[in-house]
Amino acid sequence: MPSFLKALNSQVGRKVMTGITGVGLMFFLIGHLLGNLTIFGSPEAFNIYTKKLESLGPLLYLIEAGLAFFFLYHTILGISIWRNKKKARPGGYKKYQSKGGASHQSLASKSMIYTGIIIFVFLIIHLITFKFGATETVMLEGEQARDLRALVLDKFQNPLYTFGYTFVLLLFIFHLSHGFWSAFTSLGMKHGDFSKKMQMAAYAFGIILMVGFIFIPLYIYFTGGQGSLIAY
Amino acid sequence: MSKEMTIHLKYWKQDGPDARGYFEEYTLDNVNEHMSFLEMLDVLNEELMLKDKAPVEFDYDCREGICGSCNLVINGQAHGPKERVAACQLHMRNYSDGDHITIEPPRAAAFPVIKDLVVDRSAFDRIIEAGGYVSVKTGAAPEANSIPVEQEKANKAFDYATCIGCGACVAACPNASASLFTGAKIAHLNKLPQGEVERTNRVVNMVDQMKEEGFGDCSNYAECEAVCPVGISITAIAEMRKDYIKAVFKGD
Repeated sequence: MPSFLKALNSQVGRKVMTGITGVGLMFFLIGHLLGNLTIFGSPEAFNIYTKKLESLGPLLYLIEAGLAFFFLYHTILGISIWRNKKKARPGGYKKYQSKGGASHQSLASKSMIYTGIIIFVFLIIHLITFKFGATETVMLEGEQARDLRALVLDKFQNPLYTFGYTFVLLLFIFHLSHGFWSAFTSLGMKHGDFSKKMQMAAYAFGIILMVGFIFIPLYIYFTGGQGSLIAY
Repeated sequence: MSKEMTIHLKYWKQDGPDARGYFEEYTLDNVNEHMSFLEMLDVLNEELMLKDKAPVEFDYDCREGICGSCNLVINGQAHGPKERVAACQLHMRNYSDGDHITIEPPRAAAFPVIKDLVVDRSAFDRIIEAGGYVSVKTGAAPEANSIPVEQEKANKAFDYATCIGCGACVAACPNASASLFTGAKIAHLNKLPQGEVERTNRVVNMVDQMKEEGFGDCSNYAECEAVCPVGISITAIAEMRKDYIKAVFKGD
């Protein structure tokens, strides 16, 4: 039997891990979106939510380390698989075209590496802006806390940031439209029309999630942060 | 009356594994619409030889779509434009007068070119040697009914067993992965009671060999399924993964 390390490095192991980390990150996105939606709650809701998160202390670090590991593992595998294809076919065809039919070759599946890299760069900017961004301090429940809500409302007044953010999230849908289905196939779940249902679920999941994510910046931008959905 | 066509061909020429390849062009008049693609190449070679030129080497054997020898990449598609058709069963009636056709060998580091359109596919043989077999005592044939096989499983095993090992899956895969071939061979045996005994080692060794041979990773493009002349589904690849995961957790 292969050692666990060897199994992880096999072509099956690499794909399975791409799938597992991908599914893990999708779960994270659901949590992230639910958290974001607290911006539409009471004026304090968003800051209370972020303060609660930060007060988790060591547990938060553990979760963050896990997320970073998943994200980096997923990225490194993706780049490695992409680099391997050059090694496996050094020459390339003079003429190449998909046969259609059963093929899942699409703009989405062929651009996974590019949408992936853009998402990676976006994540770094996103963390610098919000997680490590300078904020005012507010008093919440008698304690000092970061006024992240003000930072969010401020950042999304900036058209460059708002539309850049929206654009990357649209690429995200694209990435997921292949990734969701592919992840389950990588985990060995493909039989009968389960796979077709998975593809439909992939589109639904991507669209619902991204509509949620994109709505927030666009709403803030177009209402100048004064929209009636945001309480003051 | 059969239609005659003029076809403009562009095909890969390469003197040997280490030689530099190049494209040669030739216009063939009087291509009969009833010719198979390989018969058209026969006519091309006759004309080339009459002109004292070297013929184009290509692989073939049965010419009836069951041996898997032919594996030409025709206008960028393994086995040409038709679904579930091997290049030998592709007929020139699928083309029109004046068409340009580019013919390339399957391109993969694991399939080195021997000459022109002929590639060395012994990497597949080594994947089979790694576990694509069942060990049985030979001798008098055992009573067939002594090993019951569920009909549905037998059907599925047979679906995977139809793989003719042509390598179109590798040729068409953007990553030059051999996952469909390997997956089909594993799933075929693992579905049957005769294959049950060696299933764990089989999946692990064959998956390892696939990497050893220098094939690329699978990215679930499913292009292999689209070009497979016998229509093997990428469910075979999912089955291979499931079996591999089981093997890793099960141990010896």
